[in-house]
Order: sequence, then C-alpha cells, then structure tokens
Amino acid sequence: MIDFAFMYEALIRLVGGVPLTLQLSLIASAFGVIFAVTAALMQLSDSRVLRAIADAYVFVIRGTPLLVQIFLIYYGMGQFDFIRHSFLWALLREPYWCAIFALMFNTGAYGSQIVRGGLLSVPKGQIEAARSCGMPTVMIYRRIILPLAIRQALPAYGNEIILLTKATSLASIITMMEITGVAAKMIAETYRVVEVFLVAGGLYLLINFVLSRGVAMLERRLMRHTRTDSSTRSVQRRAA
Amino acid sequence: MSASVSAIPMDIAETSAPAVQIGDLHKNFGGLEVLKGLTFDVVEGQVVSILGSSGSGKSTLLRCINFLEAPSSGTITIGGETVRTKVGKTGDLVPADIGQLNRLRTSVGMVFQNFNLWSHKTVLENVMEGPVFVQGRPEAECREEAGEFLAKVGIYDKCDAYPAHLSGGQQQRAAIARVLAMHPAVMLFDEPTSALDPELVGEVLKVMRALADEGRTMLVVTHEMGFAREVSNRVIFLEKGTIEEDGSPEDVFGASKSERFRKFIAG
Repeated sequence: MIDFAFMYEALIRLVGGVPLTLQLSLIASAFGVIFAVTAALMQLSDSRVLRAIADAYVFVIRGTPLLVQIFLIYYGMGQFDFIRHSFLWALLREPYWCAIFALMFNTGAYGSQIVRGGLLSVPKGQIEAARSCGMPTVMIYRRIILPLAIRQALPAYGNEIILLTKATSLASIITMMEITGVAAKMIAETYRVVEVFLVAGGLYLLINFVLSRGVAMLERRLMRHTRTDSSTRSVQRRAA
Repeated sequence: MSASVSAIPMDIAETSAPAVQIGDLHKNFGGLEVLKGLTFDVVEGQVVSILGSSGSGKSTLLRCINFLEAPSSGTITIGGETVRTKVGKTGDLVPADIGQLNRLRTSVGMVFQNFNLWSHKTVLENVMEGPVFVQGRPEAECREEAGEFLAKVGIYDKCDAYPAHLSGGQQQRAAIARVLAMHPAVMLFDEPTSALDPELVGEVLKVMRALADEGRTMLVVTHEMGFAREVSNRVIFLEKGTIEEDGSPEDVFGASKSERFRKFIAG
C-alpha cells in the first residue's frame, strides 16, 4: 500500500533537488543553443573543413550514449596532463561542470540538426529580397534568416529542451544531487523505490509541463504572422 | 557581340543620362548559354518592357543587373558606376567589392514574381526595413514615409497585417511600396503579375502605370502585352539569349521585321 505520509516526506526532500535540475538544464541548453547554431552554420557553409568538423561532431555525439559521454568527461579528462594543467581543470574536476559540458555537447549536436532544418526552410525568395535591397550578409542572417529559422525550429527545439531536462537525471551517476540523485540516496536509505520514484517522476512531469506551456506561449507569440485572425478561429471552434 | 542594338527610340534618349548600361552580358548555366552577349543602355525615365518566351533569358537578364545571378562575363553599370567584378571559383563573375555592390543595390529596387515579402514582419515593417536598417535613416521619418508609400499603393489600412493575411495583389503592392521606400533610381520588375489571379492583375498594373507616369526608370519583364504596348515607351524582345527586337512599342508591335516576334504576339 502506498504510504502518503512518506510520499510527502519524499516530496519535501526531492524538491531540494529541483534547483540543481533546473540549473543543469538551463545552463546546458543556453550554451547548447550556441553550439547548435554554430554547428548548423558550419554544416551549411561552403568550407569543406568546417563542414567536416561539424559533421564529425554530430556523428560522434549522436552515435554514442549520453551516459558514456558523461563518464568519459568525468573520468577521462583527468587522464590528460595538459588538461590537468590547464585552466579547464578548475572546471573539469567538478562533476557539476562535467555534467554541464556533457549535456551541452549533447544537446548542441541534436539541436544543430533542428536549427539546420530551420535554416534550410527559409524561403530563398525572402533572402533574395534582402540581397536585392543591398543588405550585407551578416545583417541578412540577423534580420531575416535567423528569425525565420528560429520560428520554424521552435516546436522541435522545445522538444529537445524537454529531452535535455530529462537527461539531467543521468548527472546523478556522477554524484550530482539533483532530483534523481536525491531520490537514489533516499531509496538507499529507505528501500522504498516506488514511492520515491513516483514523486521524482511527478516532479519531472511538472517541470516539463511548465516548460512545454512556455514554449507553446512563445510559439504563439512568434508565429502571429502565420495565424489566421483569432476571432475567426474562435468562431470556427465554436461552430465545430 | 552577337546582339544587334537598334537605336534608342525615344526623344529623351538624347538628353538623359543612362541609368543602366549593360555591356556584352553573357550568362551560362552549365553548358547552356542563356544570355549571348547583350548590350544596351536604359536612360533615365525610360519604361522598358522585356518580352520573350520562357527560356529566352529575360528573367536572367534582370537578375544579372543586381547580381542576384552572377553574370558569366560583361559589365553592369548603374548610374554611371560600373560594378567591379572578378572571376569567381565557378568561372562566373563575382563582385570584387561587395560594399560597392550593396551600395549600388540600394538604388536598384526589385519586385519579384512571388512578392517575397518578409513573412515574419508586418507590411509596415517590411517597408521600413530597408530605409532604417540598410540606409540607416531615422526611424520616425521612415515610418511616416512608409505610411505614405503604402497609401500611394492603396493598402495603408493593411499596415499592421502580416503578408500571409493579404491577397496576392495586396502583397505585390506592398512589395512595390517596399522598393519605393528605398528611393531607387531604377526599378526592376520580374514578372510582377504572373503569380496573381486574373482579377488581381489590374490593381498591380494600375500602380505600375502610375509609377511610369511619374517618370520613373523601370525595367519590366512581363507577359502583359497591354502594359508593354500602352505603358512602356520601349520594348525589347529577347529570343534565345539575344535581342531580337528593340524599339518603341509602336514600331515593335506595329511593324516588326521579326517573324519570331509576330508569332510570339499572335500567341
């Protein structure tokens, strides 16, 4: 029988892991976007070298499990003297930053394919219109291509952020006390697997619910230009 | 040079400066030679209709003028300034000085067959984009002027609408306002009515006729024979990448020596 008093206790403790989960997810996705856009632009560039680097990055990251990547960064980086003696060591000896690096590389690789699709979806004619009025290339990217690509990529990218948020649970393996880490610790103490993981799962569900609503709201805001008039839409809904 | 260039037929030809000069323009796509050495000048205030069957190279010609298409060889001169070029990797010409080209492009507006309005911006934002961000003019002034241009093409009430919410004719008129806002010396029209429903063609042609009446310099690739005949003051007929006819509408339509052109207008 499920013990609700215990579940409440579990909830209080697991909520303590929420800030770390959110940090890992937010920081990794913020830097991950930069990786994603850079890799996508590299994949679409004219330079064979840049393309090859980006392709290799995506190939390796997508082709190996995130857990293996986390282990390799956490245990592997210390093997190299040049890393131990570089400024990076200050970060890489911390499991916190190892987890963020791994998550960031990972989401960057998947995200790059979403961004790439978005960039390719920008109508050629709209780019030509910008070129024909004398817009320099950088401005065309900033004012026309990226805004259109981001709008196109947003729903899929929202999905990627949700996946990333769930993937932060793997950081518990390298001692991070985020939701899953706290849950594992509590289970080790109490042997009550079901209650604790039910609460953990519920917390992830709640976070991702808020996240997906946020993405949906952003999408509604940014996609005004494709929507038919809202008044006619509600009329249609009522009629249906 | 394989194109024969007949005399510029207008009285204004003697007095006005050339707005666009095209010198021995060649364009190859792979092994296919689309433009076979075209040379002609367009003087200020001229409204030139460029006619020809599909594949004759008329759109390519227009797109070479602002380097949306890279010419294979030849020169393009805008308002007396020749676009500096070098031979690129593909063998076609690329701009040697992109800054110069972009500066010249601001004075050559282009209206596209598919309008190509920026879909994430409102009509007003579309019209303000070039003046504010490319030409760096004050936003308030550009906003006011954009409104005037939109009023002029008859869609001021659509200022805050997004392109997807407009009819094709309204979109094309917005696209024309967008070009006008740059104060171009030359306007290029690439089949501006070909993507429109028949009932919407008239509203766009009306706007174009008004622009022609203002004495603007226009190069219009079109299938609208009525426009070519009545509005333009010069007709160029392209056939297989060369100029087959070049003259006033009266001469070209009335007494064309070209067998091919007579067949073309007979349909």
